[in-house]
Amino acid sequence: MSVATAAGGGFPTTTGALARWIGRVRFYLPTLLVFGGTIVLWELVVRAGLLRGFPLPAPSQILAALGENWAAGRWPLARAAAATLFEAVGGLLIGTTAGVALAFVTARFTTARELLLPLAIGASAVPIIAFAPLMNNWFGVLNPLSKMMIVAVLVFFPVVVNVIRGLTQVEPAALELMRSYAASEWTILRDLRIPNALPYFFTALKVSATLSLIGAIVGEYFGGANDVLGRVIVQSASALRFDVTWAAILLGAVTGIAFYLAIVAIERLVIPWHASVRAHEP
Amino acid sequence: MTDSVPGSAPTTDAVVRLAGIDKQFVQGTQAVTTALAGIDLEIRSGEFVSLIGPSGCGKSTLLRVIGDLIQPTSGTVTVNGKPAERARRDRDYGMVFQAPVLFDWRTVEDNVKLPLELMGYDRARRDARAREMLDLVELGDFLRHHPYQLSGGMQQRVAIARALAFEPSILLMDEPFGALDEMTRERMNQEVLRIWERTGITIVFVTHSIPEAVFLSSRVVVMSARPGRITDIIEVDLPRPRDVETREQPRYFELVTDVREALRRGGDVEEGAATEPPVASTERTLAEGGVG
Repeated sequence: MSVATAAGGGFPTTTGALARWIGRVRFYLPTLLVFGGTIVLWELVVRAGLLRGFPLPAPSQILAALGENWAAGRWPLARAAAATLFEAVGGLLIGTTAGVALAFVTARFTTARELLLPLAIGASAVPIIAFAPLMNNWFGVLNPLSKMMIVAVLVFFPVVVNVIRGLTQVEPAALELMRSYAASEWTILRDLRIPNALPYFFTALKVSATLSLIGAIVGEYFGGANDVLGRVIVQSASALRFDVTWAAILLGAVTGIAFYLAIVAIERLVIPWHASVRAHEP
Repeated sequence: MTDSVPGSAPTTDAVVRLAGIDKQFVQGTQAVTTALAGIDLEIRSGEFVSLIGPSGCGKSTLLRVIGDLIQPTSGTVTVNGKPAERARRDRDYGMVFQAPVLFDWRTVEDNVKLPLELMGYDRARRDARAREMLDLVELGDFLRHHPYQLSGGMQQRVAIARALAFEPSILLMDEPFGALDEMTRERMNQEVLRIWERTGITIVFVTHSIPEAVFLSSRVVVMSARPGRITDIIEVDLPRPRDVETREQPRYFELVTDVREALRRGGDVEEGAATEPPVASTERTLAEGGVG
């Protein structure tokens, strides 16, 4: 990497910004075309009646269901999505806090870590969602906390595994450097291990953002208050109102993407120096 | 470890004194690798000493023994008249590794300030020292840059600035220019000599490059592998200050030949003296295990 380009990057000119914008459009254009094409194709296939006996509403019908729902006042679907997001975020906070705490304790003690890390890696491969009915039972099926706990258990292991890695997989020479300064373990933790772990932490958070919404919705499938996405999906599907089902799925997707992007935005703010963040600059 | 080397009349200006150093690494349950055997060496104040030898001769291990990053199995290390551990706690060492080991999350300036923060310098002194050191390595215009915005050679200069910032009495350099291209390496050699002449610091420099060792050093310590031993010490009597022309003098070529022959005499040099990397990294892994 040359210094000249680095220094030049610091002074964006109007033409530079324009060129970058055009570059970005060009970069995303094929993706947008494929996406738009798929929607159009979907619409045409359904309208042509090619899917007889296979109930799939056309995109226009899904949008109509969304509109109808909105026109009914206070947009119940959006409120359901918000309630589900609340469960997901709450669960993510609980699971992440517990995961980070455990990672810090075990990263400090080699034996504990060697015992726990294989367990945590193993546990993250277990289909934890299978515990959902138990959580509903333990924390009350109508209490949002039951869904939060499902989400918490789901995100717990990726957070533990990633943060332990981040805290321990430090460049050996960096540790030698700190030792040559006669730095204390606490100083090494503060000035080396924690900054080193941040990118790993955000990797876990990004995985967890997606996991948490899955956890919340699937948890709702097993019962809960009615004004949440999972219940809307189950009930509309059993009432054969598939347009409403798809509308709910669409809102779930949008919520999930928004949640993920929010975490990416925080990541960019917190670790602008990291290669994964820098690589996004076109 | 004892405080003084018994029986020896201490030379007053010896900064580093190694006596009877052995180092064995235990791998797994049984296999024992002897990395260093019977090392005796004195390094005088203000000297520039290179350690050179084939792959696996333990030169990086020896450097870490001096810096108290690895404890020897037997023998004593005395630095500035005290045990190596005291010297490390007194922050007598500056370290430069083959990789610059800069922290990506800190700017160039803040990387240089890292040791100063740890050592409790106040803000004004930190600012002043960081600027002074970055000026010394001619990076005064890059204070606010991040390490990834610099070339490899520039990053290594930041590492040198950081190592010198707290005025250690000894600079330990472990193949600092091994990853750089030949042109950059020669420029960095010149730069290190300039800094050494300006600061009067004692430098111990591990390298696998014969020309580099001869060009830089007051003395070249030649080592052999399995077990790592000192087989020869060659005084480099080239006049100072040294520059591009030094590399063209007949005496320079004679000394390069002397070192090469000393390496060959040292035993099984399987053409390994010039190409090191794989084993160097093994050494480091062992070092990690040894330090725990």
